[in-house]
Order: sequence, then structure tokens, then C-alpha cells
Amino acid sequence: MTLQFNDETFTGDYTFRNSKEAIRRFPFPFHEDSYMYSVNLEPHKPGPKGSAYEHRFDVDEHYLSEMKDRARVLNDDPLRCQSLPHMDLAGWDTLELIMTSKAEDYPDLFELHRDGNRWRWVNKPMAIDQSFTFLDTSTLPCGPMEYILRQTQGDFAILDHRENNLWMDAGMVTTQADWSLDFDIGMNFMEWHAPVPLAHQLGVFERALKFLLNLQQGAPVRRLNWTMTVNPNLDTSPENYHKWGPEKTTITPENVGEKQHLRVELQTLWRLPRSNALLFPIRCYLIRLEDLVTVPKWGRRLHRVLRDLPVELATYKGFIRNRPVIVEYLSQFDDGAPTSPGCFPD
Amino acid sequence: MSAGTAKIAVRVAEVVDVNELVKRFKFVRRDGGEMPTFSGGAHTVVEMRDGATTRLNPYSLMSDPGDRSAFTISVRRDDEGRGGSLFMHNKVKPGDEMVISYPVNLFSLDLRARKHLMFAGGIGITPFLAQIKQLSHAGGNFELHYSVRTAALGSYVDELTTAHPDRVHIYYDDKKQAIDLATLLDGQPLGTHIYVCGPKGMIDWVRNTALDHGWPETAVHYEEFLAPQSGKPFEVELAKSGKTITVGEHQSLLEAIEAAGVDAPYLCRGGACGQCETDVIAHEGKFIHNDHWLTEDQRTGCNKIMPCVSRFEGRRLVLDR
Repeated sequence: MTLQFNDETFTGDYTFRNSKEAIRRFPFPFHEDSYMYSVNLEPHKPGPKGSAYEHRFDVDEHYLSEMKDRARVLNDDPLRCQSLPHMDLAGWDTLELIMTSKAEDYPDLFELHRDGNRWRWVNKPMAIDQSFTFLDTSTLPCGPMEYILRQTQGDFAILDHRENNLWMDAGMVTTQADWSLDFDIGMNFMEWHAPVPLAHQLGVFERALKFLLNLQQGAPVRRLNWTMTVNPNLDTSPENYHKWGPEKTTITPENVGEKQHLRVELQTLWRLPRSNALLFPIRCYLIRLEDLVTVPKWGRRLHRVLRDLPVELATYKGFIRNRPVIVEYLSQFDDGAPTSPGCFPD
Repeated sequence: MSAGTAKIAVRVAEVVDVNELVKRFKFVRRDGGEMPTFSGGAHTVVEMRDGATTRLNPYSLMSDPGDRSAFTISVRRDDEGRGGSLFMHNKVKPGDEMVISYPVNLFSLDLRARKHLMFAGGIGITPFLAQIKQLSHAGGNFELHYSVRTAALGSYVDELTTAHPDRVHIYYDDKKQAIDLATLLDGQPLGTHIYVCGPKGMIDWVRNTALDHGWPETAVHYEEFLAPQSGKPFEVELAKSGKTITVGEHQSLLEAIEAAGVDAPYLCRGGACGQCETDVIAHEGKFIHNDHWLTEDQRTGCNKIMPCVSRFEGRRLVLDR
């Protein structure tokens, strides 16, 4: 595999770009021409070669720039990384899962050498070569969760499993769609989902929680979630809403194709073996509308989905203000032709 | 989601007589690879191919959760049971190839606890063996009170008292020794969690006494696998798969569904986890609910059944499976 890493920014001058290959492999989330909440979980088994589902933890051309952006956000706001005292073992579980997966899936980029508890981790893209003792935090520059997540794309929440519920007791969150780890830390599954409209009445969360409590080791699952983001800004956090919120007012019919992005989260869920906690990676992918419509099926379908989305969802997802402009723009790419089933390009 | 659990193909590496009633089985991977790690309190479901009969019984993992070389379980022989333990005792030999499930934990430690106070009765010791190994590595604070019938039947008593002389307390029934539960529950530091595994009577006793002493329910953890009960044979229509099956006297409803080649979800096979919950479409007769999953409302509503442990008596039962 030859992966060229982009040098790009997710703030300020926003030089983020998707290559042709990155557009083609974008995890487009709509399998039909409409959208409603559902418990849309499927086994996280290796997907088509080259797709975002090929490996357990996808590494793409944005890796190095995303890690720089993460370091910047953490430096400005250390509370984006938190782990309650009882979550240390789950942090080691996380480190072990990511290191072993990446070393197996990307042998040209990552190496893991294990001799009992004496481990050596080599991250070639980031020029890291770290020897440490597994389960001994004093041998790493920081806690195990923080250590590995500073080298891994996507946000991570670690959920403790107790009292027939899941508790958000650790995580690192710098690329989120307007939610806050610092606000949600210590909350249970129902509490942190409380703001979501409509889904509660549909019983989605009761079913999802029941399913997740039975999630088994060796059988991870995945789902996609989505929203709309103005400018390729990974850190759309409540903490920084005063910075990115006003950017919504800059959308015009002339710039909407370039500035408006579809934001997709590839969410996976893993039972962690040593701690019995659940690992919840939330990997963010961004694509500007003018790139997305280069896949004709996606242009047609996104137009239909956004046009017909209930007002509550467009409001909750934060783009009700710009929906008319977005839908008008996308309508140019919808000739009314039928679309094929499934998410992948024709 | 597809039914069942991720499986591991294993070979029996060792069978050891622990005492007159208990045998220990050690499983290694057939492909020579490492076992998954697990958390103390987890169990595995062992598939037993006994002629035409397939049994799937859950057993707690007792080995060190960090030891990737093998899994070990201990099986107490139950001469009155449905035959799973007898199969393990009489038929399983070193070198045999078997299939077991990935670990599942329905009895995990609450890692927030400042102290773990454990109560074990008889073969209920097995999950604690793994939990104690896990806690020992991490310098965790635990105390075990372990009740056995006689010294000869006290599985792993020597191992435990040698390794943890100050933390392990043994009580022998034949010497009329009993756990002084009231006193123990009275003197625990804030942040203590209670764990109990053993016969049903012991579990109820510990849970009720703790409740009476004002312990929060969420600080009292228990593991109770219900073995499927035998009963009169009954007929079931499976609506989705269009089959009609007969559940034998010594067979569970879940086993009968599986024997008919219908894929049904399960995890614990002991009425605890809720995974096999099945909708009832029609019925004329009465349910024998043996699980501790369904709520009272669901039972009186007669629209759900847990096929791993529950049965039916009557003219007709139609399930959404």
C-alpha cells in the first residue's frame, strides 16, 4: 500500500482536501433516498478492499494532519481527554486493541513487538519508536488511552458496563459533531442521548442499549451517523461554538458547493476483554458538496434525503438555516433518475 | 444481528480430578494461537456433541485472565442433571477436539469498588478464581468468604489459602462453620461491593441480608446460572421458519429450536442475559417461566418467552422464530 499523507489544515485557512481516491472511498451513509433513525448496526467485518471498512481502524491520507489538529485542540483544552480512575484497565485494553490491529492491518506503517509484557511500538508515519511495559503506566509518557489516541484518527468514548447500563467514563474527543466529553463524562447511555429528538419515542435507545449490553468480544459492530458542517472543521465542539457557529452565516448560493460539507461518522463498538468495558470509536469523514456530486448517485440521493428530512432532524443536526440553499444547489445534480440500492458508487 | 457467539476451536489439553465431584478441563487453541484475554467473572459456552444430542453449557473461566496460553474450567458432576456435566466427566478426554465460545461476562467486577467482598459456595468458587488473579496483578483489595461441604470437597482451598492467607476465609459445613454474614456486612468500608456465586439459597441469603442492612442494590452482584429444567414434552410452531417442533422431556426449547436447524440468538443459556428473548404470537396453555430476565408485566402479558430455560404446557404455542 502506498499512502500519501496530505499536509492540510482543519482551521484558519482550511486547506483540507480530499483526493480523487478519498472521494471514491468516502463512507456515504444513505442506502436509500430517505433517512430516519434506526438501530442500523451491522457486524464490523472487513469491507471491500480500499473502502473505509477494509480495516478495523481506517488510516487514510488525512492521518498526519488530523493528528496535528488533535494535538492543537488538546493543547488549547486539556479536558478533551478524560479518564475516571477506574478506567485505567480499559485504557490498556484500548491501546492493545489499536496497536495489535494497526500492526496487523498496516504492517508497512506500524509495528508491534511483544516479549511478554515488554512491548515496542513503532509508528513510522509519526516517527515514534516507544518501548514500554504493558500495564505499567509509568513506562509511557502519559496514560495508555491518551498515548494511543494521540496517534489514532477519530474520537473515542470508553463506556463502563455496570448496573445494566453504559457509563461514559473515559474518552478523547476533538473531532465531534457538537457534543462535549467534559459535559457527558460520567453520564449513562440514556442521559447522554437525552437531547436527540424523535428517536426516544421510537424506542431506538432502549433497543440499542439492550443490544450493546450483550455486545460480545470478538464480534464488533458498526454504524454510520451524519450531519452537515460548514468548512472542513473537525473540532465543531460546544466549547468552541462561538468560533464555528457564526460560519454558518457565510453560506451563499455561490460558495455552498465549496464550503458546505457532509460530515459522516463511522462508529464502531467493541467489547474490551480485560475491563469488560465498551470501546466506541467515532471516526469523522468530511466531504465538500462539490466533491460529493462528482459521484452522480450520491448527488441525486443527497438532494432527496435533505429535501425530505423532517424539520426536527434538520434543526438538531444544525443546518435548518442553510437547508434551502443546500437543497437548491443539490437539485442541479438530481435529474430524477432512479438510484441503485446500497451506499457505494455505481 | 446473527445468532450465537464467536467460537474458538480448541483441543482438550488436560483433564484433572480436583476431587470426587469436580474435574478441571484445560483448553488450548487447535491452531496453536493465543486465547483471547478476558475479564474475571466471564464464562464460556462449551459445545458438547453427545451422539445425536448437542448440549451447550456455560462454565465460568477460572484461569488467569492475562494468560493467553489456555482457558480452564471446572465442572461439578451432577448425577441428577440433564447430562452435560456427566458428559464432561465421563466422555471428555485429553486430545479431544471441542468448540467453545468467546468469553462473555455477566458477573464482572465493578472496578470503582474500594474493596471487593466475595462470597462463594461450592463450585461457585470458579469465577472468583479468575477475579482474584486479575485483582492480585493490579494490587486490588479483596476478601473472600468460601463455604465448602468438607475439606475433601473444598475445590482450590489450598491454592487460595496459600496464595492469600490474610484475604481468604474458609468455612466447612461438616464442622458446622458458617459465614457470619450480618457482622461482615456491618463492618465494611465505604465503597465496598459484594459478589456472591453459589447455590440459589446462598445467593438469596446474601442479597436479602445485604438489602436488610441497607446496602444499595447496585453494590450487590451475583451470578446464578439456571440449568434448563426437564418437563413434559410440548409442541411449538415456529412461524418465521415454518416449522413445527417437539421439545423433548430433557431438552430445552432453545435446544429444540437449534436441533431443527433454526438459527436463534443466545448468550448465557441460563435465563440471565436476555439475548434469546422470543415473541409469542399465539398460545393456548400456560407458560413455565424459569428465567430471571422477563418483567412481571411481560410474564402476565404472555407475549415473551426465554427459550433457554422456560417451557410451556398446553394445546398450542406459536413463536416468532
